[in-house]
Amino acid sequence: MTIAFIILAVITVAGTAAAMGMRNAVHCVLALTVGFAGVAAIYLQLDAQFVGLTQIMVYVGAVAILAVFAIMMTHSPSPTKPPTYSSYWLMGSIVAAAVFAVLAWAVVSSGAHTQSLPSEPTVSVQQIGDALMHRFVLPLEIMGLLLTAALIGAVVIAMDHNEEIK
Amino acid sequence: MTLPLDQIFVLSKHWLLSFVPPIAQPLASAILSVVPVLIAFPLLFAITTLLERKGLGRIQNRYGPNRTGPWGLLQPIADGVKSLTKEDIVPLTADHAVHFLAPIFLVAAAFLGYAVLPIGRNMVISNLNAGVLYFFAVGSMVELSVFMAGWSSRSKYSLLGAMRAIAQMISYEVPLVLASVVVIMQAGSLSTVSIVEKQAGYTGIWPHWFVFTPWGIVGFALFMIAATAESNRSPFDLPEGESEIIAGYYIEYSGFKFALFFLGEYLGMFATSGMAITLFLGGWSAPFSFLTWIPSYVWFFAKLLALIFGFIWIRGTLPRLRMDQLMNLAWEFVLPTALLNMLVAGVWHFMPGGPIRWLVCIAIVAIPCTFLTRRLKRKKKFEVRTYSFAE
Amino acid sequence: MIGSGILKGLAETARNFFGSYVSKDRLTTIQYPEERVAQIEATRDFPFLVYDGPDWHDGMRCVACQICEKECPPKCIFIEKSKDKKPDAVGKPQAYPAVFNIDISVCMSCQICVEVCPFDAIKMDVKYDLSTDDRFGGLLLDKKQLSKSNQYYNAIHPTEAAAVDAHFAEERAKAEAKAKAEAKARAAAPVTPTPILAQPVGGEAK
Repeated sequence: MTIAFIILAVITVAGTAAAMGMRNAVHCVLALTVGFAGVAAIYLQLDAQFVGLTQIMVYVGAVAILAVFAIMMTHSPSPTKPPTYSSYWLMGSIVAAAVFAVLAWAVVSSGAHTQSLPSEPTVSVQQIGDALMHRFVLPLEIMGLLLTAALIGAVVIAMDHNEEIK
Repeated sequence: MTLPLDQIFVLSKHWLLSFVPPIAQPLASAILSVVPVLIAFPLLFAITTLLERKGLGRIQNRYGPNRTGPWGLLQPIADGVKSLTKEDIVPLTADHAVHFLAPIFLVAAAFLGYAVLPIGRNMVISNLNAGVLYFFAVGSMVELSVFMAGWSSRSKYSLLGAMRAIAQMISYEVPLVLASVVVIMQAGSLSTVSIVEKQAGYTGIWPHWFVFTPWGIVGFALFMIAATAESNRSPFDLPEGESEIIAGYYIEYSGFKFALFFLGEYLGMFATSGMAITLFLGGWSAPFSFLTWIPSYVWFFAKLLALIFGFIWIRGTLPRLRMDQLMNLAWEFVLPTALLNMLVAGVWHFMPGGPIRWLVCIAIVAIPCTFLTRRLKRKKKFEVRTYSFAE
Repeated sequence: MIGSGILKGLAETARNFFGSYVSKDRLTTIQYPEERVAQIEATRDFPFLVYDGPDWHDGMRCVACQICEKECPPKCIFIEKSKDKKPDAVGKPQAYPAVFNIDISVCMSCQICVEVCPFDAIKMDVKYDLSTDDRFGGLLLDKKQLSKSNQYYNAIHPTEAAAVDAHFAEERAKAEAKAKAEAKARAAAPVTPTPILAQPVGGEAK
């Protein structure tokens, strides 16, 4: 654990914690973006350039904007303050504890923490590209098809909406 | 062939580093690389504001600024002093923290892109092997700061401006990336330095720049269109349309924060222009083989100034597009052409060289383009407009 | 062909750009402090007070009737009537303004004060660059600063001033004739009223 990792981890955790705790929804998204950026920085610090930069591009550049737009489209003019501790809170914490337990069990049972880490392989962007184009070309194409279907679906929904207005 | 004048900055950096104890050398090296960029480009911004005002003036048969100093040369200093001494007004209902952070975030994001721009031979802050990807990833962070500025001001105009700006930036980021994909396909690398190296060399006196190929010239044109839109410059300056929403997302900013927005916008323009130079115009290489004795960084800045002049010229010529025209241009012309251009780049790669390759490549992109433009033109019928929400 | 219109536009602006360095006719800007647009005769800016003769105070036409003060739409005129009297332009003893201030930072150059003045005492000036570094006192002109001679008035608005002078000459002739008739009627009276002004006013301007 280097100093850089500790700083980045603190930033990431603080960002995501603030995203959960803040009142204003837009502030939450901005705090969450800090968390995203922190994760991206951790990737970069681990020499995973492609994943880190894609994290910035997709999460900071696109998902955050999408979330912000969604909030603005659905924002009620006078936000009512919900009570901090509601009945959902108990349920939420149970779900969170369960998820954490499963993850922790998976990590512990994998034995990753006991065995010494092998020297990290340096994967260049070119290698990722080669892998995507040769070994994983079918999953890639299926993914592309799925996204195209989603895109067409979105366009169809938008078109229907337009005709209703007319 | 490395001339001492060409490498003067690199050599002086090494010379300065020799005084630093070895333990502090990585930090000192980083500082010595970053600080010149932090000085050079804001300086270029100051010069550009003057050039732009002078150039626009001359285009409109005016003098432009000519009072401050000889021929108005001290105008940027006067502007800087003015914006520094102006009162910094923050709206009462504004979200103070976000309002304060937005311009800083914008300038920081704008500066980050310079890390991968090769300014001269051996002159790049960091030669990432995913340099182009890094550049576009960092460029997408600007949108968030634009949103922060527009939303935190709590003003209709700034929110409208931010919405327009984000819609426009997202729409044009796609063609911007797709236009540069052809270069990545051809160069086989995402590193900016190796892309520039791929364009080195001359046939006779002519350079091997990517812009001198069918896919290169189309890619360059599309890239510049998208870059103009990305940097919110006329004719794509809807987000800050003075006559409609006054200044868009930075209407509620004054004094130095306003100047920071201005700086950030111009830095973004320089960065995308620098990327266009790197991808299509051979980076820092000389345009003719007999001109290689001129230092590489001079060529980079000469090309940058030429592109800036192009931006100013376009701004002085074209009227602002309407929102629907802007979106139609992006999705119905620029994007399909960029996709076709990728096909052309593939065909170019696999066909044997010669005039037939040229003809085929030009035909692939030109024939569908004429149909596309004809469709765009057919839509341009003038009729009474009906507003679905006005009844 | 898409883009031909854009190219045409670019050619036009390029012609402007280079043309503006070659031919001076293209540049329509007038470099203000050094060059000025020639003013037409009907130019009007802030008002001033006209006086006849050599002394601004003795020759002041204003009789402090305060009509302009009442009519002024932005209320930028302030007048205080004098207690004593002095002869006016025609020679009749009248009150004069002890204080006559115009706040030209408020004045909107509407010329209403000129239109309503029955004594042709206030007229429109042509000076417009009256900026000062004292924003309170510097733009509040008192009667001394406002007073300008009839020659000046003739110089800036010759046609208008000539008409005013002719009107004054007529009035003065009438007054003189009346005085003569009165003198004749009261021939026995020991004192003859003499014109108080040393020289006929208005004559000098002709």
